Amino acid sequence: MAVLSLVESVRKALEEEMQADPSVIVLGEDVGVHGGVFRATDGLVKQFGENRVIDTPLAELGIAGVAIGAAMNGLRPVAEIQFADYIHPAYDQIVNEAAKIRYRSNGTFACPVVFRAPFGAGVHGGLYHSQSVEALFFHVPGLKIVIPSTPYDCKGLLKSSIRDDDPVLFFEHKKSYRRLRGEVPDDDYVVPLGKADLKRKGRDLSIITYGIGVHLALEASERLASDGIDVEILDLRTLLPLDTHAIKETVAKTSKVLILHEDNKTGGIGAEVAALIAEESFEELDGPIMRLAAADTHIPYAPSLEEAILPNAEDVVQAARRLAEY
Amino acid sequence: MPNTVIKMPQLGESVAEGTIGRWLKKPGDRVERDEPLVEIQTDKVNAEVPSPVAGILQQILLPEGTTASVKTDMAIIGDESPDAASPPPASDAPGAQGPEGTTSQRTPAEAAAASPPPLTFTYDKSSGGGVVGHRDEAAAPTTDGTGTKRFYTPVVMRMAEEHGIDLSTIQGSGAHGRVTRKDVERAIEAPEAPSPSGRGRGVREAPEITTPTPAPATPPSPAPTAARPLPEGEAVGLTPMRRAIAEHMARARAEIPDAWSLTEIDVSNLVRYRHTLQAEWQAREGYELTYLPFFVKAVLAGLRAVPELNASWAGDHLVVHRQYNLGIAVSVENGLIVPVLRDADQLSVAGVARALRGIIQKARSGKLSMDDLQGATFTVNNPGSLGSIMSQPIVPVGQAGIVTMEAIVKRPVVTSDDAIAIRSMMNSCLSFDHRILDGAGALTFLRTLKRELETVEYSVY
Repeated sequence: MAVLSLVESVRKALEEEMQADPSVIVLGEDVGVHGGVFRATDGLVKQFGENRVIDTPLAELGIAGVAIGAAMNGLRPVAEIQFADYIHPAYDQIVNEAAKIRYRSNGTFACPVVFRAPFGAGVHGGLYHSQSVEALFFHVPGLKIVIPSTPYDCKGLLKSSIRDDDPVLFFEHKKSYRRLRGEVPDDDYVVPLGKADLKRKGRDLSIITYGIGVHLALEASERLASDGIDVEILDLRTLLPLDTHAIKETVAKTSKVLILHEDNKTGGIGAEVAALIAEESFEELDGPIMRLAAADTHIPYAPSLEEAILPNAEDVVQAARRLAEY
Repeated sequence: MPNTVIKMPQLGESVAEGTIGRWLKKPGDRVERDEPLVEIQTDKVNAEVPSPVAGILQQILLPEGTTASVKTDMAIIGDESPDAASPPPASDAPGAQGPEGTTSQRTPAEAAAASPPPLTFTYDKSSGGGVVGHRDEAAAPTTDGTGTKRFYTPVVMRMAEEHGIDLSTIQGSGAHGRVTRKDVERAIEAPEAPSPSGRGRGVREAPEITTPTPAPATPPSPAPTAARPLPEGEAVGLTPMRRAIAEHMARARAEIPDAWSLTEIDVSNLVRYRHTLQAEWQAREGYELTYLPFFVKAVLAGLRAVPELNASWAGDHLVVHRQYNLGIAVSVENGLIVPVLRDADQLSVAGVARALRGIIQKARSGKLSMDDLQGATFTVNNPGSLGSIMSQPIVPVGQAGIVTMEAIVKRPVVTSDDAIAIRSMMNSCLSFDHRILDGAGALTFLRTLKRELETVEYSVY
């Protein structure tokens, strides 16, 4: 079985889906000849030609609009936004068009488009190459949001996203692009959307997280285990729709919840997960629902400041310890 | 200096709560470190609690008369004048019902602070700690003044209800003693929930003499009958001491099948002996030599002869104590306390006299510590000093017996040579736990006591 990096698993999923389904196309800035700034589409243009791997002008609104139009006309476009920080110009197309097409056409039209975008901090990208944008779309009915944490999940989830008949935002943490490697089977497996993954079983408290947070939690859990604190880790994988069943199940088991994400705290995914638990699992709680997230500020360029505002494994250890002791 | 919250101290190992007797400082008063701040009453002891810090008393959180559990916030000391630190009391604020039916006024700030402050987690790497959670201790008192408020999380309440668990019986292992889900799960697994009364842990309680009426024919009913005062009567509240005595006596009566015996002792020799010593003693020690030190020495001889009387009943076995710690019943204003004369067997008559004087003075001035009151293995009561000639004391829980020394009275007595003489006579009464020993052992004790006090072979020093 091949050991791939996360970005290689993206490429693998695209290649497999393009081979299997001629309606799958890829478009975006530098995705063709250049192979993508992160090499996620490396070689695809040679393999599938310029009609299916399309270099676009530097205009995200246009990329999104073209992809949506193509999707409504029978293709399955995978549009790459070079950095999630630049998805904002496309917000109107994604929120006002893609998300609403099925509803406003009373089910006559679907919009099977995937918007892929590298996101996240920790690589000294500064203000405009570090943002987490999932919360901005989380509020919008009609969208799906997927954030994989491993190469295996990444390939399986991207394939599911491409095959899904509704718009999916697929965010890939750029820090994990090359650092995370894992076994990725060659076969045509998929990971279903809307299903969280129990990454670690534990008794004392649950860390509910996604993306790079899964790895912070795993690192912290080893240190916590040596303190006798047994942590359960739930990787949400799909943020929208949330796997409410899995969330409630882990709360019922441990009664204590720490929600962890790299996006800022205020109005983040954690707020919704916390509210869900408070609403539906109130009688299971044995402690405050806690959130650990980045500070409510921009991602600084200075490495020391960037490090200062992002949660790290030590922060997870301390927060979990507090909660365990409560 | 940040504000310091003064908490209800634990005035003894098994003491869970205290009552505010008197505040010795008013808000706005300056208090020095170690200066007495408040008088706390517990079951058995009144203590002055010194201030741990110097500063200005900002706020009193527990009014006088309030009973609250140990570690409850009592007051706040800071370095500003209280006007700057807290708003003036709103005199017409809706009052909360106090513990004794009194209405306590609360400022809005106090009212807001009365519920436990939330556990907050803030991102603070500057402190080197990453995410830190803290409770703002200084900002808020944590009980409603009754000392009974405990916070239970939803899951704890649900599980307790589902399994019929009485949460008040569970010792919390969480932060601030919170009962956690795991604590409840343990309680569900263990069929016998731990009892808060701590029975069987050698708790020793204060004894008291009763009037020489025989024991009631029927055992006292377990639940106190609510008595309503007749039209001219008045309901008098119980002091913590009264309540404690009541509990201890009722418990002793309910648990211990006691038996009683009496002997009469010719203490003429003792009376003479004490008289010959008195002047020298007074000159040397500066106070009167009483009979009690001699009684103590005689009791110790009796206990050595009958070790089962210096013992505790432990359900399926007996614990015979090696230490001789004598409880000495001392009547004080409105009640009675029983300070402990530790290792009494290691003292001379003079040593006993000095030690007794110390603890009795402490008892009468309310300065006993909990340590002075715990660990008695047998109790000596001296109702004779109040004129009693016969009494039936109640055996304290955790002890095997209690002996009384009654009044010394001159009586005509038929002596061994069939003459009639006027002698100084004293009765001594023994109540004992009949589970532990029988009449033979009890009478061996009394015989030894009698012999010791009739011959008086003690040197004083």
